[in-house]
Amino acid sequence: MAYLIAGETGDWEVVIGLEVHAQVISKAKLFSGAATDFGAEPNDQVSFVDAGFPGMLPVINRVCVEQAVKTGLGLQAAINPTSVFARKNYFYADLPQGYQISQYELPIIGNGVLLIDMNDGTTRPIGIERLHLEQDAGKSMHDQHPTKSFIDLNRSGVALMEIVSKPDLRSPEEAGAYLTKLRSILRYLGTCDGNMQEGSMRCDANVSVRPPGSTELRTRCEIKNVNSIRFVQQAIEYEARRHIEVYESGGTIAQETRLFDSGKGITRSMRSKEHAHDYRYFPDPDLLPLVLDPAMVERIRLTLPELPDEKKERFMRDYALNAYDAGVLVAEQSSASFFETVAKGRDAKAAANLVMGDFFAALNASGKTIDDPPVSAANLGKLLDLTADGTLSGRLAKDVFALMVETGKAPDVLVEERGLKQVTDTGAIEAAIDAVMAANPDKVAEVRSGKDKLLGWFVGQVMKQTQGKANPGVVNDLLAKKMQG
Amino acid sequence: MSLDKATVRSIAELARIEVAEDELDHLAGELSNILTFVEQLAQVDTEGVAPMTSVVAMSLPMREDAVTDGHQAEAVLANAPEAQDGFFTVPKVVE
Repeated sequence: MAYLIAGETGDWEVVIGLEVHAQVISKAKLFSGAATDFGAEPNDQVSFVDAGFPGMLPVINRVCVEQAVKTGLGLQAAINPTSVFARKNYFYADLPQGYQISQYELPIIGNGVLLIDMNDGTTRPIGIERLHLEQDAGKSMHDQHPTKSFIDLNRSGVALMEIVSKPDLRSPEEAGAYLTKLRSILRYLGTCDGNMQEGSMRCDANVSVRPPGSTELRTRCEIKNVNSIRFVQQAIEYEARRHIEVYESGGTIAQETRLFDSGKGITRSMRSKEHAHDYRYFPDPDLLPLVLDPAMVERIRLTLPELPDEKKERFMRDYALNAYDAGVLVAEQSSASFFETVAKGRDAKAAANLVMGDFFAALNASGKTIDDPPVSAANLGKLLDLTADGTLSGRLAKDVFALMVETGKAPDVLVEERGLKQVTDTGAIEAAIDAVMAANPDKVAEVRSGKDKLLGWFVGQVMKQTQGKANPGVVNDLLAKKMQG
Repeated sequence: MSLDKATVRSIAELARIEVAEDELDHLAGELSNILTFVEQLAQVDTEGVAPMTSVVAMSLPMREDAVTDGHQAEAVLANAPEAQDGFFTVPKVVE
């Protein structure tokens, strides 16, 4: 189902392209030897290069180049053997050089593709236009003083990958799926931690609208620096509706940069950026062209891990999972490997249900991460074994799981300690049924006169008598027999 | 190529250089002359020649990914017109 927005004059299609700034995982900055760690004292991680002192020259960090190549390979993109750094000129207090070293006409990575996973289990390819390396700017703080802004250059010069999609996205949901998938791939590759709250992944959205079926690209507006996937989706929807209103009232859209106000849920014009599109790029005379050794690219290719799409396919094939379940499990490398530990040699569907159901719920409730889970993968596996061999009923398994979360103990230990073994001994169950029937002769008569619904009540009573340990299947069978007799 | 006054005014603004109104005509003439001079390069036939971005036939040397610099906030801030609590301070710039 295509996503269309209904206007006064008819439906409209939304056209979205995303620019993601992903902070490269490296120890030192792109062109200097200062550290990149988050949260240091102000201006502590600053070299004279990052502070834009006269006469300082940039020298590129090899690992940042390798990380960009690795990301390009992960996006099935063209690796450009030669690329060029350019100066993007603008004035802002947190940009001491007066220009950002970026790449313009010849980026390090060219066309690629990213498969987005939709909620209905389908996938759709989204084009990647390019990926280039550039410097981050410093950080401005405007709330420290009534008349002054405070500038911290710790982030100045940290390597960013700007990853630009083609205008292939057609709905806020697709934009969200794109960001989720990109973040997942970056984390698998270990090239960016994908943390949007800390700003190590930031997103600009280019939005325009057009009548459905049209192939024109109308004037777009760029919404800058939105810091969560949900906000990106809200900003896109708001902006698309704004365009539709303008067009339907006979107006025109001016190309401009806008800000998303998450408190009000609206976008507004950024006046200071009126001239911002005139960046007067030119090749940086301080830097020679970046030439990649093909052997290096091949060496990096060999280090690529199994990526989410491949892993998802393998999960669907080897564990017979559906596309949605497989997609959820592979979103994070750690949850995928957790699942594989639980599922190894066991019923994969049961393992997936347990991991994605009770386990994920307990994980969220505990506030822990999957690397330090409330219940270990080995213990979850044992719980499945105890269910499979009939020691625990489904209901008892739920109780044991809750105890595992509470105590951190292994399920077999808990079963032993608390005597939670399922009772399949028909003698004991029969005795319990007889007791319940003897105590409720009137209800027995009602069942015998055809009121089948009451059978459920009897099952409940028998389970209560046996502290929930009776095998429900056996209880049902015996109860039916006894009622007939 | 010749530049008009409006373009010169816009270039000056982008470069944050204050240019008085009565200097614009003169500057437009000078800049136009420079552009015309450089444009002579366009007469060279560059068919099939890759664009040159550097005059030396070398590629970019690389540094190892090691922390070798920083931890000198005092030196970084030494020439700042204004600083406070380890930050540079500037007149408030806010959206």
